[in-house]
Amino acid sequence: MATNVASSGDGNRKALDSVVIRFAGDSGDGMQLTGTQFTQSTALMGNDLATFPDFPAEIRAPAGTTFGVSAFQINFASYDIQTPGDDPDVLVAMNPAALKVHLKDVPKGGTIILNVDAFTDRNIARAGYEENPLEDGTLDNHVVIAIEINKLTNAAVAECDVTSKEATRCKNFWALGLMCWMYNRDRQPTVDWVNQRFGKLPNIAAANIAALNAGHAYGETVELPSGVEAYLVPKADVQPGTYRAVTGTEAVAWGLVAGAKKAGLEIFLGSYPITPASALLHTLTGLKQYGVTTFQAEDEIAAVCSAIGAAYAGSLGITSSSGPGIALKTEAIGLALVTELPLVVVNVQRGGPSTGLPTKTEQSDLFQAVYGRNADTPLPVVASRTAGDCFETAIEAVRLATKYMTPVILLTDGFLANSAEPWEIPDADAIADFPVKFRTDPEGFHPYLRDEKTLARNWAIPGTPGLMHRIGGIEKDYDSGHISYDSDNHHRMTKVRAAKIDGIADDIPAQDVATGEHRGELAVVGWGSTFGAINQAVGRCVKDGLSVSHIHLRHIHPFPKNLDDLLSGFEKVMVPEMNNGQLVHVLRDKFLVDAESITQITGQPFKVSTLEREIRSRVEG
Amino acid sequence: MNVETPVEALKPNDYASDQEVRWCPGCGDYAIIKGVHRTLAELQIPLEKLVFFSGIGCAARFPYYMASYGFHTIHGRAPALATGAKLANPDLDIWVVMGDGDALSIGGNHTMHAIRRNVDLNLLLFNNEIYGLTKGQYSPTSQLGTRSPSTPQGSIDAPLTPLSLALGANARFVARTFDTNQKHMPGVLKAAHAHKGASLVEIIQNCIVYNDGAFDGWTDKKVVSDNSIMVEHGKPLIFGADENKGIAMAEDGFGIRVVTIGEDGITEDDVLVHDEQNKMLAMMLADMKQPEFPVALGVLFNNPAKAYDEAVHEQLAEVKEKTPAGTVNEMLRKGRTWTVSEGA
Repeated sequence: MATNVASSGDGNRKALDSVVIRFAGDSGDGMQLTGTQFTQSTALMGNDLATFPDFPAEIRAPAGTTFGVSAFQINFASYDIQTPGDDPDVLVAMNPAALKVHLKDVPKGGTIILNVDAFTDRNIARAGYEENPLEDGTLDNHVVIAIEINKLTNAAVAECDVTSKEATRCKNFWALGLMCWMYNRDRQPTVDWVNQRFGKLPNIAAANIAALNAGHAYGETVELPSGVEAYLVPKADVQPGTYRAVTGTEAVAWGLVAGAKKAGLEIFLGSYPITPASALLHTLTGLKQYGVTTFQAEDEIAAVCSAIGAAYAGSLGITSSSGPGIALKTEAIGLALVTELPLVVVNVQRGGPSTGLPTKTEQSDLFQAVYGRNADTPLPVVASRTAGDCFETAIEAVRLATKYMTPVILLTDGFLANSAEPWEIPDADAIADFPVKFRTDPEGFHPYLRDEKTLARNWAIPGTPGLMHRIGGIEKDYDSGHISYDSDNHHRMTKVRAAKIDGIADDIPAQDVATGEHRGELAVVGWGSTFGAINQAVGRCVKDGLSVSHIHLRHIHPFPKNLDDLLSGFEKVMVPEMNNGQLVHVLRDKFLVDAESITQITGQPFKVSTLEREIRSRVEG
Repeated sequence: MNVETPVEALKPNDYASDQEVRWCPGCGDYAIIKGVHRTLAELQIPLEKLVFFSGIGCAARFPYYMASYGFHTIHGRAPALATGAKLANPDLDIWVVMGDGDALSIGGNHTMHAIRRNVDLNLLLFNNEIYGLTKGQYSPTSQLGTRSPSTPQGSIDAPLTPLSLALGANARFVARTFDTNQKHMPGVLKAAHAHKGASLVEIIQNCIVYNDGAFDGWTDKKVVSDNSIMVEHGKPLIFGADENKGIAMAEDGFGIRVVTIGEDGITEDDVLVHDEQNKMLAMMLADMKQPEFPVALGVLFNNPAKAYDEAVHEQLAEVKEKTPAGTVNEMLRKGRTWTVSEGA
């Protein structure tokens, strides 16, 4: 492509600190792709950013309906940001349904960019509008830029040898081009991506690039309504280092690979497709060269069982799913626990119960992770807080599983899995190895011989001469590893299994305070993907001199040893969760602390403003 | 994997563990484990390479009585665990012991898919047509009308035929034998072991407590020759105490029938010759039931295809050759990155 696709000069642009843009359209309109490309460019421009893809459960719901609307929000700034933003400054609505669903979130004075070609009588009616919202005053409080995007896209790609259907499908790139102009984004990364993606279909590649450039040119040449101009969001002042954009899914996959290398094991992933965890199966499948075997099993149970079988044979067994699938795996997790085999269970949480809200985020599987099995079955539970943090928590899950010979549950969620953030790439070599030593010495061997310190049993794998042994779900004798129905022995084994997991508290970092002092009026205790919103809300309150601190847990079971003391240094404890109150009960149970629950079960991440309001009502009022 | 050559040849007893066997006295499982020990000794499989997986049920205690590696797992899931182990270490020689409730009811899905995928596993299905360990409920192979604690008026749902189900799932190897037939069993087990891919062996087993004599009508010494048929590749399908009965094409050419040589002008030439690669024949043999037909024993079908575990490792090797891995740091830095320098 000969066109100059670098960003325009900064000359007449108005500088902004931060912007929130939401792209919304039909699920077939390519909004996720548009958002992802805008994110890549924004990351490469050096802004800090956070994204929130929000899409329906239907792959292609009937065109034009509100339930088929797919959206992608990005917040980018010249300073450190931690959430995808509360309300969009700009809404790009590709059809009436997208406007109908998302208009309520756009503050007064916000900008709305509309594809007027999609505002046909039929689409307007389909979206549930009685009148055309462009004409009945619905948008009077907003700055509206109504553009014939279909028509302009078709004109732009006229020379590209594509059908009219293919031409119209390029309209998301036209909109992307306009936004690249408006916020001074470089188009080259998108051009490169298009050429790679459509390498075998040069006409399609050319059409998408032509649409992108036409959208950009439109911004440069057309006079836009007053109040809309070209903007500039300066680079964020961030730590020196090498960065990349990362989603939680990628970070978990890389963390598992890194963890397996640290342990000196090959990976075996047994998995079964389920939203929003399938992407982890896809990502790990793409990493076969790192010693990763992936197995798409016939069901969730076979997925976890195959991973346990692989662990028995000496691999790092991993299984991934979401809440309903984890429920199916439960019996097998008990087997891994009683046979004391290492297993990492990744739960990418989604809205529930049952099928619930498969594509929406929630953190309502904490009880399931901590308590949700038959019998006395304690196991370590680790939770990721940001996309980048998923890398570290995945390594931690592998470390605990292999060092303590236990299944470990790693909790992420749909928001973490899909959202992207710039990530300072860590030096994997700086993370300590934790090599696994298989038992090879037959002298004095039995399968339940334990390490005195960790209480982990020794791991002897089939193929090792002289160590033939049998394990299984029936209780085993403490001293010989043979099956045993002895009542005192069962009591003892249950206590040992619990002590082994409790002992992990000595092997994890003390709980830190993310923001604020170590003592004070209010502790806001969170876990998982609410980190960004809580941290920003607490940060604002701390700036205003309020006595608030943010404590964010990575280890949900066992808790860090100092957590009890830490919490007792605060007058009040508040626990915001995207569920109906779960961690709050565990904290009350363990520490008899009068913690208060703040709940939001909307399938959407917390807004910073919501949490800020809750905090202020407790420390000011 | 280093395999130590045993100084002395392993004897059948060397495959037995030191654990006291806890099956009911007279249980068919005693005969089966004896047959397995004999087979393994004939094959001289090193103990450390051998792994026995099982699910839940009487049969599932099997691994505890073996001196090899063993994993007594959960109900119905043994084929799934065994699949993971085989993929993780293809050098292992893996046997899966399942009961009829285990393999065909709660674990039906895993049995079907292990067979369909053709994972190199030796699947032993102990079929006694009853739930033993839970005290005698009817199973998915119980005959219609089976009276049991859960079906006091008699069962009213039709049983399935395990080998027909397996062939329907595109099994590449199916065979049948029965517990007390010690002359026959090692040969069948050796053929199953030689087959690379999933090998399903249905071992008819008498439950002396809850379903005693269920198979006497064709396994009893007095009637076994007349009411069962030992099939052998390339040999005519002849049976009977007088060796004068055979399996021939149905007169309308659609199906099979029992004929008597020397009656109605039937000669040995009318009798079908067993071809273990003929799936249609295998389907018909698998479905032969008393009293109309003799029960077919032996290797009914044996038509190997590439084993799943082999294909998985070929694909892994191919990827590794095409895209060398590099370090974790290189992995993390692949794709679009940007650098923020000091003072930027």
